[in-house]
Amino acid sequence: MGKTLAEKVWDEHVVRSAEGEPDLLFIDLHLIHEVTSPQAFDGLRLANRRVRRPDLTLATEDHNVPTVDWDKPIADPVSKTQVDTLRKNAADFGVRLHSLGDVEQGIVHVVGPQLGLTQPGMTIVCGDSHTSTHGAFGAIAFGIGTSEVEHVLATQTLMQAKPKTMAVTVNGSLPDGVTAKDLVLTLITHTGTGGGQGYIVEYRGPAIEELSMEGRMTVCNMSIEWGAKAGLIAPDQTTFDYIEGKPEAPQGADWEAAVAHWKTLVTDPDATFDKEIVLDASTMTPFVTWGTNPGQGVPLGGTVPNPADFADPSDATAAEKALEYMGLTAGTPMRDIKVDTVFVGSCTNGRIEDLRLAADIIKGHKVAEGTRLLVVPGSVRVRLQAQEEGLDQVFIEAGAEWRGAGCSMCLGMNPDQLAPQERSASTSNRNFEGRQGKGGRTHLVSIPVAAATAVRGTLSSPADLETVSTSREA
Amino acid sequence: MEQFTSHTGVGVPLRRSNVDTDQIIPAVYLKRVTRTGFEDGLFAAWRNDPEFVLNNPVYADGSVLVAGPDFGTGSSREHAVWALQNFGFKVVISARFADIFRGNSGKAGLLAAQVDEETVNALWDYLDANPGAEISVDLASKTVQAGELVAPFVIDDYTRWRLLEGLDDIGITLGHEDEIAVYEGNRPSWKPATL
Repeated sequence: MGKTLAEKVWDEHVVRSAEGEPDLLFIDLHLIHEVTSPQAFDGLRLANRRVRRPDLTLATEDHNVPTVDWDKPIADPVSKTQVDTLRKNAADFGVRLHSLGDVEQGIVHVVGPQLGLTQPGMTIVCGDSHTSTHGAFGAIAFGIGTSEVEHVLATQTLMQAKPKTMAVTVNGSLPDGVTAKDLVLTLITHTGTGGGQGYIVEYRGPAIEELSMEGRMTVCNMSIEWGAKAGLIAPDQTTFDYIEGKPEAPQGADWEAAVAHWKTLVTDPDATFDKEIVLDASTMTPFVTWGTNPGQGVPLGGTVPNPADFADPSDATAAEKALEYMGLTAGTPMRDIKVDTVFVGSCTNGRIEDLRLAADIIKGHKVAEGTRLLVVPGSVRVRLQAQEEGLDQVFIEAGAEWRGAGCSMCLGMNPDQLAPQERSASTSNRNFEGRQGKGGRTHLVSIPVAAATAVRGTLSSPADLETVSTSREA
Repeated sequence: MEQFTSHTGVGVPLRRSNVDTDQIIPAVYLKRVTRTGFEDGLFAAWRNDPEFVLNNPVYADGSVLVAGPDFGTGSSREHAVWALQNFGFKVVISARFADIFRGNSGKAGLLAAQVDEETVNALWDYLDANPGAEISVDLASKTVQAGELVAPFVIDDYTRWRLLEGLDDIGITLGHEDEIAVYEGNRPSWKPATL
């Protein structure tokens, strides 16, 4: 019988397999950042162990770093200690590090792909749950805890029980103005936050094939938000074109050999999945969250739901608590919700294509009175590319704050935080209570919704914007 | 890692589903570079509420947390496990755990005991009727016991074995170093490297 894509990649990485034990998997790329690694390096020191494969390890500073004044020492002493600890560990153990101020610095899941280190058929791990992003290239990529970070540092392997496989088939095409983000938010509301638990998910079907690599990364990025172990997409010409010419991409004969192999990384026609979900992209619309987990969403044209309408009592209780936290009343049209801050950025939506789309919508408009727009590129390279294209000027002229690269307000570990009761429309991935700052209220949105919301000050789509006249004579 | 065979301690009813890792410990508390001291961030936002269960002195010595389904969703932060352990928890009982949280618990020595939803409801009712009552958890027989209630829990055999023996994963894997070296020798040359 044939194999699924996930099974092929998994089987290629089994170092050792024994009855009653998890498989020992080889890890092709280990990404590291400052928050989840210090205790792992400490563990190595205590046991007098080395990093087995520094040449398969890459570190960046992203979670804690400021997005203003990045040429000055980090103001928060605790954040500074954590970043300094990463610098010392990287130096002591011979690990390549892209520090604040380095042209390759940025969010670890933006940096890997743009360097060409993320390639099809790899196993990629990082002490960060959004490692699933790299699955967009046909890699098995997942987040791990610090004990596992230490395990990978010491052995370049992980012990893992083989997950079940699931297919999410998305038929049709996304309508204009509906993005990969809307697709994945729709999916998560359909499955709930636990729907993917125990599965590696393959996203497939025409709507997925039509997505750019950036869009595919957005979808795979949020696999963890519905509980999946990992999410991946079969590599195709879109994938190969994206990788070719990147700094760490294979070259010459190596490129030919690599592509030949990558073309075998598809689910065989006779392979079977343990579960399948089928969605129709053509019925999807801009989708936003109203609650405090990513599965609590509705179409932008909808209203805040009534907790009493949930069949499952535990869903009803959760909805009631969420509405109380979010300061929302059942029945309110989503478009009537006023937003204080719009955040464009994160490993979900902080790549160049995202910034181009945001700039395209904002161009010629101003950020609404009483609303602030924060634009945070996913990496320094994205920032520089955007500046080369003049996108920074579009944002600045509209009244937005154009920031340096990092995780920023996605999780508010640096000073970019919401104040209590402050409401955001955020292109990031989590609307958990307090995620963007204690007491902050988050609505997850796509790039077009974020941009239009910044202009109108209430949750909006570009269709709600008045056309800007470009000629007085018309 | 310390061996875990059984534990008896005060049960704490946390009547919430989808307790994500940002609730267990918010990101601003993740800046320590040690494995200790994270108890100050445990359920930081909820602890501002005087009605929150852990603010009840009856549960000051709580060590067995009984939570709603989908416990530990979200971030991969092992700090969530450490925060629970630093506070004094040895066991979390829930009907569903997020995969990464469950994995981290097994590595760090916190027992994530998966039971069915009826058991969670029965334990909640028992604890509400008997505040401060103890729950016993036995890893050898894979059972939880509270008053008259005895119920099985689920844990994968490998994690159970490691917890019972108190084994260090890395030590086990390094015992297979020759097999890792053979694998490394056969990797294609075009695979990327960072150095």
